[in-house]
Amino acid sequence: MSKGFLEIENLSQRFPQPDSNDLLTVFEGVDVTIDKGEFVCLIGHSGCGKSTILNVLAGLATPTDGNVIMDNKEIKGPSLDQGVIFQNHSLLPWLTARDNVMFAVRARWPNWSKAKRREHAERYLHMVGLDDAMDRKPSQLSGGMRQRVGIARAFAIEPKLLLMDEPFGALDALTRGVIQEELLKIWSETHQTVFMITHDVDEAILLADRVLLMTNGPHAQVAESVKIDIPRPRTRATLHQEEAYYPIRNHLVDFLVEGAKVMSAKAQEAAARGDNPRHTPRIVNPARPEAEPEHSSQPGPRMVRAV
Amino acid sequence: MNREATLSIDTGTVERLMPLLRFADRTRRALQYPLLGIAGLFALWYWGGWAIANNEDTMAFASFAPGPTLAAFWDIVSSGAVWSPIESSLYRVGWGLGYAIAIGVPLGVMIGYFLTLKQVTHVPFQFLRMISPLAWMPIAVLAFATWDAAIIFLIAIAAVWPITYATAHGVQRIDPMWLKVGNNLGANPYHTLRYIVMPAIAQDVFAGIRLAVGVAWIVLVPAEYLGVTSGLGYAINDARDTLEYDKLAAFVLVIGIIGYMLDAICVRLIKRSSYHAEG
Ligand SMILES: Nc1ncnc2c1ncn2[C@@H]1O[C@H](COP(=O)(O)OP(=O)(O)O)[C@@H](O)[C@H]1O
Ligand SMILES: [Mg+2]
Repeated sequence: MSKGFLEIENLSQRFPQPDSNDLLTVFEGVDVTIDKGEFVCLIGHSGCGKSTILNVLAGLATPTDGNVIMDNKEIKGPSLDQGVIFQNHSLLPWLTARDNVMFAVRARWPNWSKAKRREHAERYLHMVGLDDAMDRKPSQLSGGMRQRVGIARAFAIEPKLLLMDEPFGALDALTRGVIQEELLKIWSETHQTVFMITHDVDEAILLADRVLLMTNGPHAQVAESVKIDIPRPRTRATLHQEEAYYPIRNHLVDFLVEGAKVMSAKAQEAAARGDNPRHTPRIVNPARPEAEPEHSSQPGPRMVRAV
Repeated sequence: MNREATLSIDTGTVERLMPLLRFADRTRRALQYPLLGIAGLFALWYWGGWAIANNEDTMAFASFAPGPTLAAFWDIVSSGAVWSPIESSLYRVGWGLGYAIAIGVPLGVMIGYFLTLKQVTHVPFQFLRMISPLAWMPIAVLAFATWDAAIIFLIAIAAVWPITYATAHGVQRIDPMWLKVGNNLGANPYHTLRYIVMPAIAQDVFAGIRLAVGVAWIVLVPAEYLGVTSGLGYAINDARDTLEYDKLAAFVLVIGIIGYMLDAICVRLIKRSSYHAEG
């Protein structure tokens, strides 16, 4: 098997439960490969373990089993190679927007001169349309503007992998739309590798190259990898005119409404039988069903019996 | 014709004067209420002086009134006699506060950080806090070789509590998210302390120092009534012994002015370091 840029190998996470001696298996046997420069969204029902996976990728949590390899190095702890954008904009309230970004830039490149750091920070703040707000402190910014500072900060340190956990969940629909397009713009200029959790199907279709679908927990699996076969540049206004839009959207919604539950039941039966839980997501291209690759006949996630 | 010329000169002058007028207006608006307050205080003082002077029993103290006091004030300032006691007092307060900060801030950080420590220290600290610093005086005099050291100890023990508890309060308000950000940026413990914890708690620490300065300045004067032969407290006591009531009142004025200035410095520091955590 050829090594991808980011290799998630046989990842499992189990937590102790407060009222029982058994461990709670949040997810197990997850195998995912992500290419350099890819924009990948992860969708699944609340509590299935999305944030837990993201924390492992960020190096902020240690998995029970398995490992993550990025650029041929195992991720063992937090580092500047993994930038994180948290849901509640995590700006330092005593610093201005510019200083918040410069703070991160300094951590990344300690030897840069102040002028260089400043120029770098301002370039990224410009990309998210914050030219006029650089001198303001977070308390003087709207929720949407704060989140944009967070995006600029994360992109400015040019991490190998950019992680976002429902970054726009707290924003109103209008602001969310504007920032999604800003995110697209900055991504198209930088081509970072992005791993983003969202619960918004349209957001995923607009942004992602590929959407990973997760079944419900416990024993959650990353069941499908759905290709978003829509040409770029994409805009929110014209997205639904694309031929592929509705097939993709229907597929994702169907999965969330039905598939996630059905497959979750199967995965739990398999776990009860003691099957090896290791699996790779089924590759799906709803826009071109005839082009579906080999194991499309299999209904559930593919079980790999031997490693 | 002549009239027109005059008019145009007038508008030109007015225009040139505009910034000045605007500045004057801003100054007036900023100062009108404080000045009103100061005038009120002087009126009360004047009335008090008049009442003392017109009462047979208190006539001897008539030089507490504004007139003699301000004259004496001018006297000690112009002769330079005021500086040496100020220097001695600031020296003691400076060292006392310095120790209080050096002990109170780290202590407060630990109390704010470790819940257990907060619970363990609660009773003893509240107990100690409620003892008047002056009650320590006899012990301080026994424990320290010099009077200076004893006074510095009294100031430190009075000032350490507000600093400790304000710091602990600041630490408890640190959003774990800020630490997570630092962590994600690869901050080591020193970086976390220097660039996240310290700016996060600065406004609370300065608020604690402001309270501490108030307490220290209050404790200083009675502490200087005893033993020492320098400082503002000694100057007041000395003036009383020599019946120079105008000079005594002038030193009271000096204490008030310096106290006000110290407080104003603290307010500036608080303002400069303050931020609003977003909701
Ligand atoms: N540190 C932890 N200890 C125990 N249980 C946890 C911990 N973190 C997450 N969980 C549990 O793991 C499951 C998945 O959580 P999470 O990854 O936050 O889900 P999602 O982000 O998909 O909504 C939840 O049931 C949650 O209660
Ligand atoms: Mg989550």
